Amino acid sequence: MSIYVNRSTKVLVQGITGSAGAFHAEQMLEYGTKIVGGITPGKGGQLFSNRVPIFNSVEEAVHTTKANATVIYVPAPFAADAILEAVNAKIELVICITEGIPVLDMVKVKRAMQGSHSRLIGPNCPGVITPGACKIGIMPGFIHKEGHVGVVSRSGTLTYEAVFQLTNLGLGQSTCVGIGGDPVNGTSFVEVLQAFHEDPDTHAVVMIGEIGGNAEEEAALFVKEHMKKPVIGFIAGATAPEGRRMGHAGAVISGGKGTAKDKIAAFQEAGIKVAPTPAEIGITLKSVYG
Amino acid sequence: MKIHEYQAKEILRQYGIKTLDSRVCFTLDQVSTAADELAYPCVIKAQIHAGGRGKGGGVKLAKNKDEALLHGKSILGMQLITPQTGPEGQPVNSVLVEQGCQIAKELYVGVLIDRDKNSVCIMASTEGGVDIEEVAAKQPEKILKVWIDPVVGLMPYQARQLAYGLKLPDDISKKIVRFLMPLYTAFINTDASLVEINPLVVTASNDIVALDAKIAFDDNAMFRQTKIVAFQDPTQDDPREAMAQHHGLSYIALNGNIGCMVNGAGLAMATMDIIKHVGGEPANFLDVGGGATQEKVTEALKIILQDTSVKAVLINVFGGIAKCDVIAAGVVAAVKELGLHVPLVVRLEGTNVNKGKEILQQSGLSIISADDLLDGAKKVVAAAAA
Repeated sequence: MSIYVNRSTKVLVQGITGSAGAFHAEQMLEYGTKIVGGITPGKGGQLFSNRVPIFNSVEEAVHTTKANATVIYVPAPFAADAILEAVNAKIELVICITEGIPVLDMVKVKRAMQGSHSRLIGPNCPGVITPGACKIGIMPGFIHKEGHVGVVSRSGTLTYEAVFQLTNLGLGQSTCVGIGGDPVNGTSFVEVLQAFHEDPDTHAVVMIGEIGGNAEEEAALFVKEHMKKPVIGFIAGATAPEGRRMGHAGAVISGGKGTAKDKIAAFQEAGIKVAPTPAEIGITLKSVYG
Repeated sequence: MKIHEYQAKEILRQYGIKTLDSRVCFTLDQVSTAADELAYPCVIKAQIHAGGRGKGGGVKLAKNKDEALLHGKSILGMQLITPQTGPEGQPVNSVLVEQGCQIAKELYVGVLIDRDKNSVCIMASTEGGVDIEEVAAKQPEKILKVWIDPVVGLMPYQARQLAYGLKLPDDISKKIVRFLMPLYTAFINTDASLVEINPLVVTASNDIVALDAKIAFDDNAMFRQTKIVAFQDPTQDDPREAMAQHHGLSYIALNGNIGCMVNGAGLAMATMDIIKHVGGEPANFLDVGGGATQEKVTEALKIILQDTSVKAVLINVFGGIAKCDVIAAGVVAAVKELGLHVPLVVRLEGTNVNKGKEILQQSGLSIISADDLLDGAKKVVAAAAA
């Protein structure tokens, strides 16, 4: 068991012939992910890597392959269009890796997705992996290990750091979800926590947040009210100067809201043990589980 | 991206929003002519990419020509320090000379993205002319908010909710509605991330005027906003930050002596956190981004090494979309080009890590390699202190 993706998930790759799309499609195939098709308008009918059929549209690809997930690597100016094309084709899980999408495009996407049954993960995220079964995104597969720790994070590479520490301690993962660092995104911490809460195969959760916004505080409240499984956390940016943008558009502190201090306090208040440094995420989990 | 007040007002006027008559001036001669044309009293306002200008002595009232020249001379060319600039301040290369006006009431209007509600939010308050964060903290009930559905845009009823909510005379409320509608359009059409009119004033003659204007834009949308990009003023940016941006890197100068190069914003922040935790002080935040190319890495290292306060450098890369061998090749190329005058600690992990380590080893460069995040932080702090 796992959340969102498993051995039978059938995946499309939007932007499969671009440089990032092509490289990571190969990596996903190598990991064993069921890539059933790719989409590049104008290249329909060709084959990617001699085995994956390319389609001109997502609708056509879904009709032919019965795919239930898609991963988007198309450049930022066209990413909103790609997301909504996938939603229109009724794909259950839409994972958008693309970084740098205009925020007003995402505001429209969120509105257009109201009432749809698709789940969007990202954008500006590393993707979702259920170790040993299905890797969708850009994360290095080999650092993961099958197991029972759920990982949810706003960051990409910091998630790899946390996963690597877990694996080195022998703590495998049920599913790792990167929700992305943009201010407007598809899936929240709370939604992922809810899924981990309901997944019998997830026994403990690592949640990695960062400064800016209010998502960690909401997540802490959910943990406090609903979760019995052990949850530990880390907040990046405790030492960042106030009011400066730190790469992720989301990581802007204003008026004392969204600071690391507030978030760490919210975590502790909810009984979430907080790793004192990013090098101690694995050990902190081990102290409460396993 | 930020722009100056005079540029923001130029945009607002294009949307039919009233501002006072004003002239942007780059020389004292221009100030002299402008002040005479606008008549006295007029206001001389420093143009920098930061707020709090009045507190730093960057906004002055001139009752006559002598005062206009005096203020123009003192403000033009000054390094203006305000609560929102760094301790070194920002250079004032231009001033806005603006007509004076009789203020009956100062209001606040802001338009921004509300990330919790995934939509654009318009805020209005009767508490204009002061720090809005303070109002939000002490009297949150004094800030009215509406959230906009992107499909239909700002509806007149929402503008009325705000305008009548301020409890001002009826004719003023109507004028505020006529001000809000185009303000929202300007926000959307220019891909703004923040528009603040503080204060929006009701004049003695019952006009509604944007007395100040601050607009920031979504950097991610600037590919489709060529007119806005033309407003860029590189003199207001830290030269290293500007160079980083030019190369698609995210760089922020800080006050410490340990240069950092990391892939991914979250890991970059975490790397700064752990450097501080083991007793060091980062000189910068630098995220080389997901698709780091060899050239990007070279440029990034160049920017770090040009900072004379840097005593040691930590490169921390966890390859995902970025590949360790590409990063390593970039590091080697940069060091060969620039030479290496400070200790360099490198921690590589993730995609193509073995190829990356091999490249570093074969380069023959004296690079200190680190096993993990903590090890890297300890080694670089020790190296900087040595």
